[in-house]
Amino acid sequence: MIPAPLPDRPRPASLPELFIAFTLLALQGFGGVLAVVQRELVERKRWLSQDEFIEDWAVAQIMPGPNVVNLAMMIGARYFGLPGAMTALAGLLAVPLVLVLLLATLHARFAGNPQVEGALRGLAAVSAGLIAAAGLKLSSALVRSPLPPAWCACIAVLGFVLVALLKVPLVWVLLGLGGLGCVLTYRKMKS
Amino acid sequence: MSAGAIHLSLGWHDWLNLFAHYLMLSLMSLGGAISTTSEMHRFLIEQNGWLTQAQFNDSIALAQASPGPNVLFVALMGWQVGMNAGSTTLAFLGVAVTMFGIMLPSTIFTYQVAQWGHRNRELRAVRAFKQGMAPVVIAMLLSTAWILASAGGRGTAEWPLWVLSAVSCLVIWRTRVHLLWVLGAGALLGVLGVV
Repeated sequence: MIPAPLPDRPRPASLPELFIAFTLLALQGFGGVLAVVQRELVERKRWLSQDEFIEDWAVAQIMPGPNVVNLAMMIGARYFGLPGAMTALAGLLAVPLVLVLLLATLHARFAGNPQVEGALRGLAAVSAGLIAAAGLKLSSALVRSPLPPAWCACIAVLGFVLVALLKVPLVWVLLGLGGLGCVLTYRKMKS
Repeated sequence: MSAGAIHLSLGWHDWLNLFAHYLMLSLMSLGGAISTTSEMHRFLIEQNGWLTQAQFNDSIALAQASPGPNVLFVALMGWQVGMNAGSTTLAFLGVAVTMFGIMLPSTIFTYQVAQWGHRNRELRAVRAFKQGMAPVVIAMLLSTAWILASAGGRGTAEWPLWVLSAVSCLVIWRTRVHLLWVLGAGALLGVLGVV
């Protein structure tokens, strides 16, 4: 089953293109790939709109399994069905898997090297900025939500406090606060 | 990694046990495989003694430092179990066992649910779910950024790292500069000892 994407939207032409796109994504993701997906697939390649990205991610996040793996599968499946899902998955994992195993074998030799440690610290700090930027960009999609902007802002701020500051387990925040958001949206849609 | 800390001899039933355990963890991994690390710790270290604490910690740290999805820490644990069992061949077996175990159930489940959701995307409940989750999705991205930024250091002593995070956030938010330039700049500043 291959749902037809919108005709006026760029899309991957072939499975190899999909594979390469996800490999390149994965190689830019230090400390997580999700924000890179937003940058590359939404802003550069335009395979997805902001709204589609945020909706797909909500699904990817609530399902079991690594969220970016889930997201890659969903995007791949949209264009090429099951082969697309498997191709995106393979693209995301194959080359990074080889790299991480290489890194593990080199680790003992370079563990104490201050330059290597410094580079990793710098990369981690940039990744944090990258992820925050993705969050800020996506907040523009909230304008089209059926919920009033003030409600959206309240939920988002409360979610940040619960997860980042109070360290509440993610599952409870997703089920509780996310569930509340869904119920409120459902009710607003009726009127 | 800290090599040679443990010498194991694993039978096929041990590998099967490892595989079965990761199959189960897969379905529990709401919010990502990292949320099941405490259970992996209990199983691999406390119950079976297949990994040392240092090997366990290294697996997570290396996967964070390496490009790609964080779930690859699972592969490193499998790799290390195989190395402890005595050979590179077994290490590859360990990678295959843990990775297929952690990926297979969640992948099948998510694929089916996502396809159902896509076929029924006009249903009011499906639309309400996707749009209603959006504020929480954004909150989680900002939280992840916060947690990652604060992992670099404790408090104000590490202010250059916070500045680097804030500046790269602004650059990426407001410009279309390629990510690799920003990542490269961050790594360079780290090598030079600025951050």
